[in-house]
Amino acid sequence: MTLCRPTLMALSVVALCATYTVFSGAGTAANADDSSPEARGLQIAEEARARAKGFGNFTARQAMVLRNKQGQESRRQLRFKVLEVEDDGDKSIFVFDEPRDVKGTALLIHARRQGDDEQWLYLPALKRVKRISSSNRSGSFMGSEFAYEDLSAQEVEKYTHRYLRDEPCGDLTCTVSERVPVGKGSGYSRQLVWHDREELRVWKVEYYDRKNAHLKTLTLSSYEHYLDRYWQAGEMAMVNHLTGKSTDLSWSDFEFGTDLDDRDFTRTGLKRVR
Amino acid sequence: MSLRVALRRAALAVAGLTALTLAAEPGAADWIEYHEFSGRLSVDGRWYPHSAAYPDQRSHASGFSVAPKLYLEDEGGRSVTLEGFYRLDGGDSHRTHADLREAYLLLFGEIGEDEWELRFGVDRVFWGVAESRHLVDIINQTDLIEHPNEEAKLGQPMVHVTLSGDWGAAEVFALPYHRLRTYPGRRGRLRTMLIVDNDRATYESGTEEWHLDFAARYSHSVGPFDFGVSVFDGTSREPTLLLGLDRDFTPILIPHYEQIRQFGLDAQMTAGAWLLKLEAIRRTGARNAALPLNMEEDYTAFVAGGEYTFYSMFDSGIDVGLLGEWNRDGRRERATNVFQNDVFVGARLAFNDVESTDLIVGMLHDADFGTRSFNAEFNRRLSDEWSLHLEAVVFSSADRMDLAYSTRRDSFVELNLTYNF
Repeated sequence: MTLCRPTLMALSVVALCATYTVFSGAGTAANADDSSPEARGLQIAEEARARAKGFGNFTARQAMVLRNKQGQESRRQLRFKVLEVEDDGDKSIFVFDEPRDVKGTALLIHARRQGDDEQWLYLPALKRVKRISSSNRSGSFMGSEFAYEDLSAQEVEKYTHRYLRDEPCGDLTCTVSERVPVGKGSGYSRQLVWHDREELRVWKVEYYDRKNAHLKTLTLSSYEHYLDRYWQAGEMAMVNHLTGKSTDLSWSDFEFGTDLDDRDFTRTGLKRVR
Repeated sequence: MSLRVALRRAALAVAGLTALTLAAEPGAADWIEYHEFSGRLSVDGRWYPHSAAYPDQRSHASGFSVAPKLYLEDEGGRSVTLEGFYRLDGGDSHRTHADLREAYLLLFGEIGEDEWELRFGVDRVFWGVAESRHLVDIINQTDLIEHPNEEAKLGQPMVHVTLSGDWGAAEVFALPYHRLRTYPGRRGRLRTMLIVDNDRATYESGTEEWHLDFAARYSHSVGPFDFGVSVFDGTSREPTLLLGLDRDFTPILIPHYEQIRQFGLDAQMTAGAWLLKLEAIRRTGARNAALPLNMEEDYTAFVAGGEYTFYSMFDSGIDVGLLGEWNRDGRRERATNVFQNDVFVGARLAFNDVESTDLIVGMLHDADFGTRSFNAEFNRRLSDEWSLHLEAVVFSSADRMDLAYSTRRDSFVELNLTYNF
């Protein structure tokens, strides 16, 4: 059973997991009291996934600000395109605009529900398309505090879930669940996730490293409503508590229902991105 | 430079300028929905610490290079790309050169469930998977004077049609014009003992550089496998260097370009942290390096190997990739390149830091001649616009029969400071 979109090797993963329909009602899953913590945790995740379904495709821009302990900043600009695939992982493309030395570099991802994702990197200087390994889940994305696995789909098969408690989060009430990665490759022993009870948006994620030390905290904000159905976080702030570094990721220019189709997410299409 | 080449370049320059003018003209540029001007400017220094093997050779190659690129796109995604290249070198006048790397029109559309794409003009095309050598890659001529690693390519005029779908991608190329491989001049390093005189280049075909070459490729990706099969029929990109005399009876090498046919296969299997790679060719019509007469000899060559990456080694955040490849040419001692029986081992360190620091080291060991070359490359971003590339290449060759013998004193250290705009 899928918790979140099993796909998105995209920065959008977090965002999509946090995407819920308004009219699908206030989280029934979160109100189910008569089940075990594990069943409740899974229910919340499944409900969140159900609400994120059916977007078809979208494009967006991402701006990252990377800060080190001394406050020195470095910027990243990317464009992102994603296509929903029926009964399998989504297809997505990242195109790098800044920093300038990697301008035009593009990453194509065919996420899989079963087995490894497929990834191709386009290097414009050589005009070379390179199939790359997708087993680098815990590695840093573009030198930021986001790991690939933070940005990719939180596949159901990759976690076990457990409801912990309800607690206030700002003006809202949140359910707090724990998810534990199953299988190899993750850099985390567990994560704590805060969903609000009304819309099942993700507001906070705490990441614990393999030694169970509190490594990072992700805070999501500036939620906006798209197509009257989908909630999308505009700001995501990741803080690394061990290094003092942080990354702010801002999303903008969302466009849903574009004319993207399968043909744009091929190796031939990848060579065509600008 | 022959008159024809000069005329050709002039025509291309005019075409490029026309496009630029059209773009700049208000009204005429209404079709442009999106435009972008980008590129890089690089200050380059290369030092050769050993004294030269041949008279007049300089101890450095330094200057700058610039590669501006203009991209124009209309509402439907149709686009025009123009990319130029110019290098000024104070060490070897032959290394001062300009090239039109790209100048093409790109159209694409749908046919039922499939897609077609047309690229018309000057473009660059890369085929292959291996790292130590690009064996299958044949569409573009090598801009050898740029770097001995043969990765810089000259722009190639072409009509390139792609049809792709669930079943893979089929591409056909018509290549109406041949470019000469660039070689160092008398003062340059990394050259053969005798100078290669491009002004005297000869062709097997009576139509010379205007021979119409054809190429085709089918490629597909199935699960962990990516593969391509290709065929090329036309003027070889790799010349046979024939002994000749110039006007004052100095011995020189004259590049001769045969008509060849090459079948190629490139395949990669991606499994976890493993990449397994194979490139193989069968080439007919080319001459070998046997002396005194270069005889025509059909041959098979391959490069096979793999790469394994330890992600975040010891929780350091640093990825360490280990590479190994075996190069083999069926002609062995009659091969026209240094890869007749060579093993490449290397390591790639990616620091995954804000500056995208990486370090690549490699060694190519010739199992027949016992000669070795070492390569170390360091890359680091200095700011949003500036980046640094530092490289050392060390040759060791004592065997006079080895093709690498002439560059035995040409080990070098290179520093590039690049401004990306």
